[in-house]
Amino acid sequence: MGVLLKISGVTGGYYKEDVIKGVSLDIDSGDFIGIIGPNGSGKTTLLRLATRILYPSRGGIFFKGEDIFHMDLKEFCRMIAFVSQDISTDFSFTVKEIVMTGRIPHLKRLQFETKRDAEITEQALTLTNTSGFKDKRIDELSAGERQRVIIARSLSQEPVLLFLDEPTSHLDIGHQVQILDLLKKLNRRNNLTVVMILHDLNLASSYCNRIILLDNGAIYKQGRPEEVLTYRNIEAVYKTVVLVNNNPLTGKPNVVLVPGKE
Amino acid sequence: MRLKKILQILLLLLSAVIILGLVKGAVNIPMAGLLLKENQVIFNMRLLRILAAVLAGSGLAVSGIALQAILRNSLAEPYLLGTSSGAGLLVVIAMVTGISKIYMPLAAFIGAVASIILVYNLARQGNRVADKSLILSGVIVSIAFSSIIVFLVSVSGDKAVHEITWWLWGSLDVYDYRLMLLVSIPVIAGIAAIYIFSQDLNAIIMGEEEAMHLGIDTQKIKKALILITALITASLICVCGIIGFVGLIVPHMMRLVVGPNHKTLIPATCLAASIFMIACDCLSRTLFAPVEIPIGVITAIIGAPVFILLLKKGKRI
Repeated sequence: MGVLLKISGVTGGYYKEDVIKGVSLDIDSGDFIGIIGPNGSGKTTLLRLATRILYPSRGGIFFKGEDIFHMDLKEFCRMIAFVSQDISTDFSFTVKEIVMTGRIPHLKRLQFETKRDAEITEQALTLTNTSGFKDKRIDELSAGERQRVIIARSLSQEPVLLFLDEPTSHLDIGHQVQILDLLKKLNRRNNLTVVMILHDLNLASSYCNRIILLDNGAIYKQGRPEEVLTYRNIEAVYKTVVLVNNNPLTGKPNVVLVPGKE
Repeated sequence: MRLKKILQILLLLLSAVIILGLVKGAVNIPMAGLLLKENQVIFNMRLLRILAAVLAGSGLAVSGIALQAILRNSLAEPYLLGTSSGAGLLVVIAMVTGISKIYMPLAAFIGAVASIILVYNLARQGNRVADKSLILSGVIVSIAFSSIIVFLVSVSGDKAVHEITWWLWGSLDVYDYRLMLLVSIPVIAGIAAIYIFSQDLNAIIMGEEEAMHLGIDTQKIKKALILITALITASLICVCGIIGFVGLIVPHMMRLVVGPNHKTLIPATCLAASIFMIACDCLSRTLFAPVEIPIGVITAIIGAPVFILLLKKGKRI
């Protein structure tokens, strides 16, 4: 398997303020990682650093040993894709047109999409179960359908590593499970490495093989769900009282909220 | 196949307005008489106007498309970044100081390019240029230059006022065909260049960061496209002054008809903008013939209600 992405002592953020402070993290091939942490703990900033949107002020990030900031941008985007929380619906592109833009990293300038690109797009649509509405306009879809379209686009990039920023935040529980089942399937069958930010601790617990708990820009704890999701860790980081028992179906930790007294 | 039909209709309409543009004018010539020798001078003149209309319409509308996409702002238009007021200002200065008329196009070009450089540098923060600062500095520079234009016009004689109208409201009266041929090179090359960026524009219009995740160097492409659109608009201002609205409304209309995909939007918009401009020019020549109304007035008078109608229909633009 081996290390796919190595984040090594990274400090960075916006302008003069470093949001991430000295984070080191190895992402192995085949991992299914959940990043959790309170608001402002630096989850999104960490992903933005790892996808080259932000440049670290200290430390380095290496993809298979190669400094990602020295890689050709298109080559980088053929390996690593990013799924955002939502997509702009200001302009009414069709689903197929949007998924097709995932082929951009594979195209040279002046080169138009070939039949192979169309086939890969078609596969991505099928995998995400979105081919049924591929000719619909993006503004006609529900939030759950839109999220699947964004995932389809990232799959048409044919990445080996997929970052997702709260892929389930706009979705009801049915759609949440549907999206995570899909990601798990891609992880198992296509050996796609998945790293995602999740707000729901129990979703992270049920699906991820590794959890990274961020607090104030640094890793507070990382490891298997049962190592990270203890009431001590959660109470210390989230500043709230919780109860942790076991999910009777999966045997994984199950975090229960404790409402405050009046 | 809907697309094919739309393109066919547009081509049909284009041929219709071309014939209209050749036949109608201060003097009406029947179609059969178009190729007669005695009408040759008028025929050539009108053909030149039609070419100017096609060039100006396509150039302005495609520039509008590019700026709307890279700034992700549906109100962006070719003159947003100060080209029009910069060109206008330099032309007025040239008129007031009595420089020969031959140098007017050059003055317009220099003014347009200089003001876009000014706007870009005002908006720049280190290596990055934020969309909002770009739009804001464009608006501010435009207002400042416009007020200087009005000041200069009001302190100078009446005659200058009439002359400047030609520049500020545009005209397709091509007085020098060589100048038009010269200008057609950057305009056509610019349109072609923007078309090459179609797929990048598709990605950028969905979000700048999204585009970066698809391997697009958005800062670099933005810079290139601002330069290309500046070149197109500055070149067009040289030959036909400032023609408003076409760069704003035709792209929006065509988005409603063919959708937002730039690969089809750009060619369809070229056709539609050509039709629109030829028709507007026809009106500007014939409505109060032999007096010619500045074409910018016609495009705005027709454009504004059409635009309001589209907005009221509640369709997304």
